[in-house]
Amino acid sequence: MQSAIGKVYKFGDNVDTDVIIPARYLNSSDPKELAQHCMEDIDAEFVHKVQKGDIIVANKNFGCGSSREHAPIAIKAAGVSCVIAETFARIFYRNAINIGLPIIECPEAVSGIKEGDEVEVDFDSGIITNKTTGASYQGQPFPEFMQKIIDCGGLVNYINAK
Amino acid sequence: MGMTMTQKILAAHAGLPSVQAGQLIEADLDLVLGNDITSPVAIHEIEKMKVDHVFHRDKIALVMDHFIPNKDIKSAEHCKCVREFACANEITNYFDVGEMGIEHALLPEKGLVVAGDVVIGADSHTCTYGALGAFSTGVGSTDMAAGMATGKAWFKVPAAIKFQIVGKPAKCISGKDVILHIIGMIGVDGALYQSMEFMGEGLKYLSMDDRFTIANMAIEAGGKNGIFPVDEITEAYMKEHSKRDYKIYEPDEDAEYVAEYTVDLSELAPVVAFPHLPENTKSVEEAKGVKIDQVVIGSCTNGRLSDLRIAAEILEGKHVAKNVRTIVIPATQKIYLEAMEKGYIKTFIEAGAIVSTPTCGPCLGGYMGVLAAGERCISTTNRNFVGRMGHVDSEVYLASPAVAAASAITGVISDPREI
Ligand code: SF4
Repeated sequence: MQSAIGKVYKFGDNVDTDVIIPARYLNSSDPKELAQHCMEDIDAEFVHKVQKGDIIVANKNFGCGSSREHAPIAIKAAGVSCVIAETFARIFYRNAINIGLPIIECPEAVSGIKEGDEVEVDFDSGIITNKTTGASYQGQPFPEFMQKIIDCGGLVNYINAK
Repeated sequence: MGMTMTQKILAAHAGLPSVQAGQLIEADLDLVLGNDITSPVAIHEIEKMKVDHVFHRDKIALVMDHFIPNKDIKSAEHCKCVREFACANEITNYFDVGEMGIEHALLPEKGLVVAGDVVIGADSHTCTYGALGAFSTGVGSTDMAAGMATGKAWFKVPAAIKFQIVGKPAKCISGKDVILHIIGMIGVDGALYQSMEFMGEGLKYLSMDDRFTIANMAIEAGGKNGIFPVDEITEAYMKEHSKRDYKIYEPDEDAEYVAEYTVDLSELAPVVAFPHLPENTKSVEEAKGVKIDQVVIGSCTNGRLSDLRIAAEILEGKHVAKNVRTIVIPATQKIYLEAMEKGYIKTFIEAGAIVSTPTCGPCLGGYMGVLAAGERCISTTNRNFVGRMGHVDSEVYLASPAVAAASAITGVISDPREI
């Protein structure tokens, strides 16, 4: 069973790729370097606080804006194990799957989880458990085809396996 | 059940008689696009794939436009990586300094996209080519790599929203006002995962440049793509720019739309989107008087010849306000040259603006017009997110070239109808 467990950092609506990784850092595509500036323009302290395994929880349209794959790469390289949101912008959604950053849509979980809560996500079942409050939520599991890409460890391996 | 324009194009490229919203399909690609930011990541990924060569050397376009001529060593390394890849794979459509332009202005101008095509690009504004009656959408670098390797991409067939365009626009109303009005109406996620299909008798008043601007910003409403039907205006454009055969897809009478909106062009006033989202729209009446430090006229949204003409007509014989840096960026070399021949460049320089070689530059806060804390810019670009053009405490207001040029003269956001 694949799962993520960690402390939650909460964000609002329409977190765009420009605040996730500002364009001034796009002259690099090195994950480690990108990670150092992850979320910098929305929360400059984020990269100093975040611990390996922590979880981002956000409202609607997370990852809107540019197609830069650097955004999910920065989040993943910063140690974040999963992003839970009400909805994701479509290019971000695609990119996250392609690079192997687990994401899950669940509006109920978003409204029930607070900053600092400890949360566990089970990717097989889509069940999200708030360990701080004991509440659990059913997230939207991936369609079968996307699950296959994830199981292969991303789109590159999926194509190689075909 | 009937299909929309987008669904018909996708069905044809997936070799299926019909498709419906929500279906997962694999479609053949007519073009795969990347730029100097996204291509290096894609090249890195394709190197991990078990392929010896790209699927088709003519069906890949690599455009160096964001940070060129290179602003620093790292961006030079990126372009070098793409240049070497293009050479090694004998990519026909590799565009570098001297023959480049901003990708979404350049590709239609070079005739690389025509009606009926399926295009993916590792750039969110790839949706621009919907103006030509093509299905085109932005993807990430890994999708681009897979597209270059296999010539195919996976799509979830989108549901559609219909925008019925009626009426005749008044003076000073352009495609930018139409799309800002729509985004203000439906919000930045109003078309999430869906295609935005424009139709109606009002389209005859919208030039190709207007349509490119509108389709360009479909992504700012969360849309997967924006698409226009093909009419005489589209056909004339394609015949002038491309030698390729095109195919016209019309929506079925009984095509299904999850929502329908009517936009009456005759009722539109110039629109300004306030920081920090394109949906924060106000009429120029309400926006008037906001003090600005910089004006940018350019980008894949509004750096085409008609945009420069509108700005030049307003700036002709006038001078920009003191301390308002006015930056004009023609979107391609061809537009630059035409603007020079028509005297627009002279007008801009005499008015106290600067004119740059084609580049994305300030649009994404890259270089050439980065803002300091507390500064405000009115810009014809497409995004006004926090920090988009520089410091996190700077502000970007989005508007048409007419509003931007009028504001440059006064130093405050101004109504072009009063200049
Ligand atoms: S002009 Fe701006 S929005 Fe257009 S491709 Fe360049 S950076 Fe992107």
